[in-house]
Amino acid sequence: MVASRGNNSNPARIPALGLRVIVLILVSIGLMYLDHRQNHLDGIRRGIDAAVYPVRLVVDAPVRFWNWLGDSTTSRNELELELGRLQAERLLTNARLQRLTALEAENARLRGLLEARTRVRDEVRVAEIMAVDANPYKHNLVIDIGSRDGVYDGQAIVDANGVVGQVIGTGIMTSQAVLISDTEHALPVEVNRNGLRTIAVGTGEIDRLDLPFLPNNADIRAGDLLVTSGLGGAFPAGYPVAVVNTVTRIPSEPFADVTATPSAALDQVREVMLIWSAPPVVTEDDGEEVSE
Amino acid sequence: MSRASRRLPVVITLFVGLMLSIMPLPGGIQPFRPDWLALLLIFWAMQLPRSWSVGTAWIIGVVLDVSYGTLLGQHAVALCVIVFITVRFHLLMRVFPLSQLTATVFALIALYQFILFWINGVASVTAPSVTYWGPIITGTIIWPFLYMFLSGIRFRAPSGA
Repeated sequence: MVASRGNNSNPARIPALGLRVIVLILVSIGLMYLDHRQNHLDGIRRGIDAAVYPVRLVVDAPVRFWNWLGDSTTSRNELELELGRLQAERLLTNARLQRLTALEAENARLRGLLEARTRVRDEVRVAEIMAVDANPYKHNLVIDIGSRDGVYDGQAIVDANGVVGQVIGTGIMTSQAVLISDTEHALPVEVNRNGLRTIAVGTGEIDRLDLPFLPNNADIRAGDLLVTSGLGGAFPAGYPVAVVNTVTRIPSEPFADVTATPSAALDQVREVMLIWSAPPVVTEDDGEEVSE
Repeated sequence: MSRASRRLPVVITLFVGLMLSIMPLPGGIQPFRPDWLALLLIFWAMQLPRSWSVGTAWIIGVVLDVSYGTLLGQHAVALCVIVFITVRFHLLMRVFPLSQLTATVFALIALYQFILFWINGVASVTAPSVTYWGPIITGTIIWPFLYMFLSGIRFRAPSGA
């Protein structure tokens, strides 16, 4: 054992260790400064990200395999049951969709009357969440499409029930996204019932959002649906975000204490949809008078 | 033994460490994920300080920063500092009994987390405090086992070659 250590047990000091560590620390500080101040390092980040991609694949593989195994060993009986359920669901959805088509046409007609530009339909694409945990300090997730597929920073991500988050970093084949529950995330929302606008701020808890900027007399109550308002430009308007959970009005405080529960199952989703929205639609109906 | 056969175990353990670092964990225990790469680098820097020291730590740190999406250089600088201290005192640490070594490792990971916390503070990234003290506790608990396991790899592989 002792012999096998070879020259490593030589008590001689490692040459230039102090110098090397100082240089590396200075380089790191330089990197952090550049990374924090500007986005000069996106290229480097993307390069290393591509190198880490195989590791992500390997980590993701067992989960993917497990899901595949689960899918392929489901019994015929279960499949038939699920098929029946899905068919019923499709019928329902189709019925709703019919109404939606009619409404959309009506909406476009009315907008035409108001000489407002028609809202452009958003393009969506399904992405799968990779089973890798990202930043320990943030509510992040990694999805399996990247800049190669046209993903861009700030892109909105939704699931079947509501808004999930937005893209904050694009690699070539994967992208990182921040969830709406992250403490540093805030998104402009409006109450679906009355159009009251406010901002929903993440709390760091996966099942809670705060609405810190509502005055005590604001018309909001538990059960109200919050949808994206489209202000700010990052999120297209009209996607459900959360349902108001509690409203606590404290007379001595300037703002009411309002919490909401995200509509999307932030910690359970496996597939999400990325939205390619047209540049923020400027509705010209405010401030413009209809000429007689 | 050849250079390659000596490097292989280190490379493999570091690769597995990276996988463990980004492996998904259920929400509740996620903050308690040990700093696998920090622990591995402490061990290898202690045993083979000529081949694996601050340079390796820095590269691993940058890779970790990219995979976590943290500030580029944050984990790099933290790993660099603790590996520097380890290499500086590697002869001393080698003769420590396991209990004393574990205490030293506790201090090293605490320093590592403190540097991360400090940089987050400067860059105004806020996170619940459990994300800092959680890994210190689990890392310290796991160290003796990891140490015995890695010692097995370290001292068995060359004799077989």
